Amino acid sequence: MLTFILKRLGLALLVAFTVSFISFSLLFLSGDPAAALAGETASGEDVEALRRLYGFDRPMLVQYGEWLFSAVRGDFGESYYFKLPVSNLIAERLQVTMILGVCGILFALLTAVPLGVAAAIRPNSLIDRFALFLSVAGQAMPSFWFGLILIVVFAIQLGWLPPSGADTWRHFIMPTIVLGYYAMPAIMRLTRAGMLDVLGSDFIRTARAKGAGETRVLFKHALRNAIIPVVSLAAVQMGFMLGGSIVVESVFALHGAGYLAWESIARNDLPTVQALILVFSMFYIVFTFLADVLNAWLDPRMRSA
Amino acid sequence: MSDVTDPLAREIEGPSPRQMLKSRAASHKGLIFGMSVVAFLVLVALLAPVLAPHDPYAQSLMKRMVPPVFMGGTWEHPLGTDHLGRDYLSRLIYGARVSLMIGAIAALISGVIGTAMGVAAGYFGGKVDAVVTFLINVRLAMPVVLVALAVVAILGGSLTVVICVLGLLLWDRFAVVMRASTLQISRRDYIAAAQVIGASTPRILLSEIMPNVFNNLIVIVTLEMAHAILLEAALSFLGLGVQPPTPSWGLMVSEGKNMMLFEPWLVLIPGVVLFVLVLAINLMGDGLRDVTAPEGRS
Repeated sequence: MLTFILKRLGLALLVAFTVSFISFSLLFLSGDPAAALAGETASGEDVEALRRLYGFDRPMLVQYGEWLFSAVRGDFGESYYFKLPVSNLIAERLQVTMILGVCGILFALLTAVPLGVAAAIRPNSLIDRFALFLSVAGQAMPSFWFGLILIVVFAIQLGWLPPSGADTWRHFIMPTIVLGYYAMPAIMRLTRAGMLDVLGSDFIRTARAKGAGETRVLFKHALRNAIIPVVSLAAVQMGFMLGGSIVVESVFALHGAGYLAWESIARNDLPTVQALILVFSMFYIVFTFLADVLNAWLDPRMRSA
Repeated sequence: MSDVTDPLAREIEGPSPRQMLKSRAASHKGLIFGMSVVAFLVLVALLAPVLAPHDPYAQSLMKRMVPPVFMGGTWEHPLGTDHLGRDYLSRLIYGARVSLMIGAIAALISGVIGTAMGVAAGYFGGKVDAVVTFLINVRLAMPVVLVALAVVAILGGSLTVVICVLGLLLWDRFAVVMRASTLQISRRDYIAAAQVIGASTPRILLSEIMPNVFNNLIVIVTLEMAHAILLEAALSFLGLGVQPPTPSWGLMVSEGKNMMLFEPWLVLIPGVVLFVLVLAINLMGDGLRDVTAPEGRS
C-alpha cells in the first residue's frame, strides 16, 4: 500500500510540474507578452519599459524558474489589473468556488445514486427510463443555457430566487443545480451499471438464500460494493467541476475563482490567469490522487495497477 | 445443404454479419432518431444559402426584435429578428454550419492525435505506453475551458483558432479508448501470426489493428464532436470564441441574454437547437456502440 501511494504521489508531482510549465508557457504564445500587455496603441518605448519592468527581456526558462520558485511558496506575483498579490485575490475568491463545488457534487451524488440504484433494481422500468432520459439530456444540455433558463423561470417569472450574486445560501441554489447536473449523468450511469453487476453476483444470491431481507441485501451487500468506483469518480468529477465552474459563475455572476479567471482573461491579466490554471490543475491532481488512494484502500485489487 | 441441424450449415445459410448489423441498426430507436436529426442538420448546413430566407448578416434598424410567428410575428421572419434586426431563422441555419464544422474538424484533429498516441501506447507498451499515459494525465489535469479561453484570448478569436485549440485539447478520450482497445487486440493470435510471417510494423498497425479498433473509434468521434460543439458554444457565449457577426449558436444565446427579461425566445431558440444537435449526436454515438458491440450491451 505504501509503495502504491508513493508511486502515485511521484506521478502526481511530475504531472503537476509539467502542468506548471505548460501554464507558464501559454503566456508566450502571443510571441511578445509586453506588447500584448501594453495594448495596440502603446508606443515602442512604453512596450520596452514594460518589458524591462516585468522582466520579459530575460530568457524564458529563467523567468519560468523564478516563477515556479515563488509559486511553490505561494507567491504568484502581482495582478496587472487589480494591483494586488495574485495569491490574496485567489484565496479570497476560492471560497465561493469551493462552496459551489461541494454543493454541486453533493447535489449530483444525492440525485444520481438513488436514481441509479432504483434504475438497477428494476431495469427497463419507468424509473429506469426516466433516469436514462435525465442522463442523456444532461450530457447534451449546454450548462450556460440551462443556467439562463433557470434564471428566466425561477428568478424572473416566478421571482423565487435571486438571479445573481453570492450573498445568501439562496444565491447558490441555481448554480448548484446547474453544476451538479453536469456531473450527474456519469455518476448515475456508473451506479446503475455497478448495481446491476453486483446484483447478479453469487454473494447476493447467497445473502438472499440465507433469508436476508431485501433492504439489507440492497444496501448492506450490494450498494456497499457498487459504491466504491462511484466514490472515486465523484472525486475526479469534483476536480473537473471546479474547472467547469467558470461558465456557471459567469452566468450567475458569482464572484468566485472561475469568475476571476474570466475577468482576468478578458483583461489580459496574465499572472492571474497562469496562477488560476495552475491552481485548478492542482485541485484536479489532488482529487484524482485521493481517489486513487481511496480506491486502493477500499479495493486491494487496485493496488497492483 | 438443407440439414439445418448442422451448426456450420446454419451459420452459412443464416444472415451474414453485415445483414445482422443492419437489422440491429434498423431496430435501434435512438440510433435512427440521432442519425436522422444529424443528417437533417447536415443537409440544412450544406444548403444554407438556398434555405435561408434572408441574409444572416443583413441588419435592419426598423425591424429589431420582431417576435417569432408563434408569439404573434409574421411569416416574413418565422423565428423573428435579433437586436440588430437580423433574421433569426437565417442566422440559425448558418449557425448550423459553424457548429458542425467546428465539431467535425476539431474531432478529426483530436482523433488523429489521440488515435496515434493510443494505438502506439497499446501496441508498443513499455516506455511508449508510460509516456502516453503520462501525457494523458497531464492533459486531464489542465482545465479545458480555462486553457481554451486563455489561448483564444491570446491568439484572438476566430473560427480557425477555436477549431485548432479544441482539436489540440480534446484528444484525451481518443487516446484512452484506443490504447485500451489496441492493448486487447495486440494479444490476439492473428497479430502474433502477422509478426511471425514478417509483416512490417506499419502494416500490422494499419491493416491488422486499425480495422479492428475502428468501431470504437467511430463512437468516440461522435461523442467528441458533441463535446467540441458544446465547448465552442460555451466559449462563444463567454465572448472568447467565434466573434460577431459570425452566426454561432453560443454567441446568439449570449447576444440574446441582455434582452432575456422581455424576449426570452432570443435565448430559448438557439439553445434548443444546440441541445437537439448535441443530443442527436450523442444518441447516434451511443447507438453505434450498442449496434457494433452487441455483446457489450447492458
